Amino acid sequence: MAAPRHISVSEASRPVLPRHAKLKYDETRKVWVILAPERVLAPDEIAVEVLQFCDGERTVGDVADQLAAKYAAPRDAILTDVIAMLQDLADKGFLTEAREKTS
Amino acid sequence: MSETLSGQNAPPDASDSLAVLEKSRSTAETFGIPLAVLLEITHRCPLQCPYCSNPVELDRSGKELTTDEWKKVLSELAEIGVLQVHFSGGEPTARKDLVELVKHASDVGLYTNLITSAVLLTREKLSELADAGLCHVQISFQGVEEGLADRVAGYKNGHRKKLEAAKWTRELDLPLTVNAVMHRQNLHQLPDIIQMSLDLDADRLEVANVQYYGWALKNRAALMPTVAQLDECTRIVEDARERHKGRLSIDYVVPDYYALRPKKCMGGWGRQFFNISPAGKVLPCHAAESITGLEFESVRSNHSIAWIWQNSEAFNRYRGTGWMKEPCKSCEFREIDFGGCRCQAFALTGDAANTDPACALSPMHETIFKQAEREAEGDTNRFLYRNFAGGTLESENGA
Repeated sequence: MAAPRHISVSEASRPVLPRHAKLKYDETRKVWVILAPERVLAPDEIAVEVLQFCDGERTVGDVADQLAAKYAAPRDAILTDVIAMLQDLADKGFLTEAREKTS
Repeated sequence: MSETLSGQNAPPDASDSLAVLEKSRSTAETFGIPLAVLLEITHRCPLQCPYCSNPVELDRSGKELTTDEWKKVLSELAEIGVLQVHFSGGEPTARKDLVELVKHASDVGLYTNLITSAVLLTREKLSELADAGLCHVQISFQGVEEGLADRVAGYKNGHRKKLEAAKWTRELDLPLTVNAVMHRQNLHQLPDIIQMSLDLDADRLEVANVQYYGWALKNRAALMPTVAQLDECTRIVEDARERHKGRLSIDYVVPDYYALRPKKCMGGWGRQFFNISPAGKVLPCHAAESITGLEFESVRSNHSIAWIWQNSEAFNRYRGTGWMKEPCKSCEFREIDFGGCRCQAFALTGDAANTDPACALSPMHETIFKQAEREAEGDTNRFLYRNFAGGTLESENGA
């Protein structure tokens, strides 16, 4: 079964990169990249930090909590930014959600 | 194949957290190693498409790099900073060691795309490739129904097999790109090809109008669309892009005969692309061997791939703007399009350093445009099929 696509990102989502989108540190060019079908995306620092939290376990809300604590910044503003960034990635087809555990 | 992936050494665009990594003008002269490399691992292919992008003189299987040689190439590519490889051909699945090569590419950290006709795939083979780490599958389609599609490919039951393989691709949770090469004889099927891509649950569709060199140049009279057909094609693509936004992304390539400005072919010679031929030649473009008088270095030589990219005569011959003659030399667009396509300039004018006749500023532009227009209105529909024997003309009744 194919993983869900075209997801709508919310605070409760548990996003994860699908197997065809790989976050990688490019040693040659010293930048983080997302490798996708016939494309290479260049996420900025914050996007990289968010994506490293996106393991299919944490919710978007959890990620906002972590970042709010780390940067001592208002959680609401962070949550809005994180959702916008992840939705953009989802719209490009490079983000999915962990499936519900059945066990 | 797609030219959207390009460039290197570009700082991420600060205004967009997910900027596509592309080379900025300021770093263009550094010629960093390309992000992606096209590996034409064989020229063998069961299909005989009359517009095949392989050279007219195909590499025979005896000349192909061995499994160990390809593995060494893959390791070297990863080491020098290449991030993605496209396994292409010919038909890459015609090589028995494809799974082993994909596995090795994954092991050394490369992102792997398979560019295939899909007619030799089985579900089991595709599953093995997925397990070996394959990241993406691109399947070519010649039309939307088997009558025309199988005739263009010169291969019975090919279309049916492609549909099946596309289904398996999605069942195995691999992303799918539909590649549709368009020309006069199938452009009327474009709306249905878009629908077929949606039905197959593809992520991407490449609507690639034929580019006229090599085999396609030999078949130009049978393939060249009319201006009206092309305008309609553009309208359909634009409409579909809007309607299927977020669901299906569509790459679109127009035939440059009907353009006023030439295409920035390969992103400029030796700037952001190279491919490796079945026999191991490192080429600035998959058609580059059609330019006589250029010597191409091989991965079998004593030179590293990075050395060949930076220093070989063939890569430096048409790099930048120093080689240009008028009207390119003093043209304000010379660093925008780099004078168009060198292979096309050679094929149509006899000198690769001439302005690509696709450019309205070329003295040959008008002649070629008129000729293409006449051919498009003509009724020559018979194909010269691609094969190792130099081509076989389609029979009168189409078979």
